[in-house]
Amino acid sequence: MRNEGKDETTYEVPIGPIHPALKEPFLIKFKIDGERIVGAEAHPGMNHRGIEFMGMHRNPYKVIPLSERICGICSIVHQHMFVTAVEHAASIEPTNRARYIRVIMSELERIHSHVLWAGVAAHEIGFDTHLHFTWMIREKVMDLLEYITGNRVNYAMWTFGGVNRDIPKKMYPKIEATLKYYEELYGKLEEIFLGDPSIRLRTIGVGVLTKEEALNLCGVGPTVRASGVRKDVRIDQPYAAYGDLDIEYQLPSLYGYKDTGDVFSKTLVRLKELVQSIDIIRQCLDQIPNEDINSEPKMAATLNKLKKADGEGIGRIEAPRGEAFHYVRLKEGKEELDCWKVRASTYNNLATYAPMFMGEQIADIPIIAACIDPCIGCMDRAEIVDVNTGKRWEYEHEELQRLSVKKTEKLLGGLKR
Amino acid sequence: MPTATIYTLIKQLFTKKATNPFPVKYTPDNMHAAAALIGSGKLKINPYVRIPPNFRGKMSYDKESCIGCKLCLKVCPSEALVFKEEEKKVKHYVARCTFCGQCADICPKDCFVLTDEFLIAGTDKYAEELIINP
Repeated sequence: MRNEGKDETTYEVPIGPIHPALKEPFLIKFKIDGERIVGAEAHPGMNHRGIEFMGMHRNPYKVIPLSERICGICSIVHQHMFVTAVEHAASIEPTNRARYIRVIMSELERIHSHVLWAGVAAHEIGFDTHLHFTWMIREKVMDLLEYITGNRVNYAMWTFGGVNRDIPKKMYPKIEATLKYYEELYGKLEEIFLGDPSIRLRTIGVGVLTKEEALNLCGVGPTVRASGVRKDVRIDQPYAAYGDLDIEYQLPSLYGYKDTGDVFSKTLVRLKELVQSIDIIRQCLDQIPNEDINSEPKMAATLNKLKKADGEGIGRIEAPRGEAFHYVRLKEGKEELDCWKVRASTYNNLATYAPMFMGEQIADIPIIAACIDPCIGCMDRAEIVDVNTGKRWEYEHEELQRLSVKKTEKLLGGLKR
Repeated sequence: MPTATIYTLIKQLFTKKATNPFPVKYTPDNMHAAAALIGSGKLKINPYVRIPPNFRGKMSYDKESCIGCKLCLKVCPSEALVFKEEEKKVKHYVARCTFCGQCADICPKDCFVLTDEFLIAGTDKYAEELIINP
């Protein structure tokens, strides 16, 4: 049915994915039959900034602030991975207290990321009040991160052998107050995202990823945990202080739901992980040992050690979006990194788009695209090919979102009747 | 249909606005010019939101105790620090600084201190106030 040659020629029209009004540059090509999607093709690569190349011309200390800036949301994730990889390569051991502080920071960011995602998902199906609500409550954890580290977005917290800033006892009450705030609000979030009939209509049975597909396509994170795949780096290969903590795979079946792998299950998994993160932070605050925050207080000594180091290392962690890793190679006598490779979780999860979009409606594109929490992939521009007529046109993101909102309104109208 | 959202929305009509219009309702083009006006009492400002305890702001540089070891240059990620060969001291471009604080951590003489000063936005990145030890 598909005309290969024709497809390629239309794709060549450079209606730039990079545009000041778009959130992130990305492209998915869809094939549709009437209102149904019969094919989806993701085209990443519009956001290549050469960060790895830049990193290979600097010494590891200069790369820490650079690695933070790979992503605007998960700045903690990337510094954590990079620092772990270099520590692995140069055989530097962080202190135990630093390991716990790293876990606390990572979990705070998971709360931040999941709450943000919930808002985006609500926005994509037309509930802007929920978007404002979730982003309002997200401010609390941003404030806490600012209180601990001093900055709101790029924290500059990690360093080789430990962390830059301590979490002293006097900060505990504020951390505890924030955790309580989220615990109290959790019931409301559950009521909105799991109980609301109109949201249930838009999410249950939409964007289904079966367990087999999830395993075959190597998806990661909440995207595949929603399908019932037991996969979580924090448990499978514990890093930092996760080995000492009590964590469990957050699967829908744990809470009496079916592991269907639709958007509803993905929402459920993310909300439950929010509760889990609160629990993990509490465990950390209880168990945190009293030690130095850095195994080598003299930064210049570490700098020399890294210059002499020879070897390769990986940092593999569970980001809010799923497993991600950094690979680093150091050469003796060379100050700069010899090699640096970053693999973010969205790279794996993009492959799961194909089965999830299959058979869905055009109006479901925004929510399915958002359900993997794509980092480079906001639905900037989608090309639609009608397989019956061969006609092709493009939807702007705003128009797609309007369609999505319209579908919600239609469903709501049906409810009233 | 009365939902929880509606009550929240009505409640929010009467709560204080979260946005603090600092320093004045419409941001001036040049912060330093505005600061001069404030100093002379010609401009009244809204108080700012309290900054966090570990806040990392504009750097202060103790030129006297600097020994010119160049260690800070080795860890500065954005090349905000430039070494002045004849003087054996460091020049700091505030506009390039990412406020990571690594220079302050590595300095053996503790010449660098990240202060609380945050009013450093301006249209000219090479303005006198934005270069330390020019």
